[in-house]
Amino acid sequence: MIETDILIIGAGPTGLFTVFEAGLLKMKCHLIDALPQAGGQCSEIYPKKPIYDIPAYPEILAGDLTEKLMEQCKQFEPGFTLGERAETIEKQADGSFIVTTNKGTQHKAPVVAIAGGLGSFEPRKPQLDAIAFYEDKGVAYMIKDPEVYRHKKVVISGGGDSALDWSIFLSEVASEVTLIHRRNEFRGALDSVDKVQELKDKGKINIITPAEVTGLIGKNKLEAIEVTKSGESPVRIETDSFIPLFGLSPKLGPIADWGLEIEKNAIKVNNALDYQTNIPGIFAIGDVNTYPGKLKLILCGFHEATLMCQAAYQIINPGKRYVLKYTTVSGIDGFDGTRKEAPKAVVKSIN
Amino acid sequence: MDQDIQIKITDRDGTSHAIAAPTDMALNIMEVVRLYELAPEGTIGICGGMAMCASCQCYVLTDHSLREMQDEEEAMLSEAFNVKPNSRLGCQIQITPEMEGLEIELAPED
Repeated sequence: MIETDILIIGAGPTGLFTVFEAGLLKMKCHLIDALPQAGGQCSEIYPKKPIYDIPAYPEILAGDLTEKLMEQCKQFEPGFTLGERAETIEKQADGSFIVTTNKGTQHKAPVVAIAGGLGSFEPRKPQLDAIAFYEDKGVAYMIKDPEVYRHKKVVISGGGDSALDWSIFLSEVASEVTLIHRRNEFRGALDSVDKVQELKDKGKINIITPAEVTGLIGKNKLEAIEVTKSGESPVRIETDSFIPLFGLSPKLGPIADWGLEIEKNAIKVNNALDYQTNIPGIFAIGDVNTYPGKLKLILCGFHEATLMCQAAYQIINPGKRYVLKYTTVSGIDGFDGTRKEAPKAVVKSIN
Repeated sequence: MDQDIQIKITDRDGTSHAIAAPTDMALNIMEVVRLYELAPEGTIGICGGMAMCASCQCYVLTDHSLREMQDEEEAMLSEAFNVKPNSRLGCQIQITPEMEGLEIELAPED
């Protein structure tokens, strides 16, 4: 069981800045995120796009913002459970919470801060008849263990980076790789596009474009797919696996069943005070919350995180008085033993 | 207002809404849908308008000539679901005076 002071669900900009603000108040944080890396949308959707409304950064790439936030909170030694989705929450007799992920990892904390953005990123599933039946019986939306495909026939569909990269990778592992895309053009890193072209020329990847998978065939498991080239009749292709890679889309997911008040696909909070939800001890900050006048901006998430930490401090240190300290005056004492402080002025006579 | 144009948007439940869309605020169709709350928050404009999700996909029902599709939009639509020949991403279409009388329908949610 992982124990911490503030359990943060969502490792996007708001979640990462919470680590820093909590650290100033001597509270430790642990973050859970469904994505395999920190940064949330900033690293998953638009790492190379600029943001212009982060105070003091006239322009910063979303990926760089994530890096800076990681650097800023590093001395407060946050823990991470990445690639796992927070699934259930249970309130304990002592008032703390246990949050369990979809992989069974348990986390215990007196305060839970949901900084979940638009929700956890889930693969987008093509709308094909009986696709749910074939899940784990030949259909997969992400590749967890490439070895599963060794000496097997694989069909991948999609036209972006992940479809290209996995086609390249699996061409060395699988007995047959077929890549199906609705257009002739692929969108990805130039290297990957060139590599796929090379593998196609060598006969290591079959490419079918412009085409779409239109049917799944198989009795107890997937045995073949039906592919339709535009303007032609459907063709059957024998395969062991079908891997549609159409990107990820955020879903509020299991958090919606935690008994929290939800409005407009977001969690209602008290914005007059501390961004607490209807369940004491559970806060919601950043894009995931809603209140009158809410703006889904990173900078608003930072502010909400800061105020939330004050309330968390009172829960963790009941009755303890607190007075605001400025980092310029007090410096920062990291949990890793480091100390940052403003250089002291010298007192010296000038003769 | 003078700078408003009249357009019709059919929401995902099939209800048609006649609305006034301002042309002086640099809004796109996705933003107009949000302005009038014609689709629940969190189900439209998820990527914020970067043509990186297809949550604002719509079908253009009239024959207005709209801004030509750019590579990003075309690539995104090629991976979207429920795509028809008249599909566009609402976030890539700025509201202009020439769009008076435009009728669109929101594509189903993924």
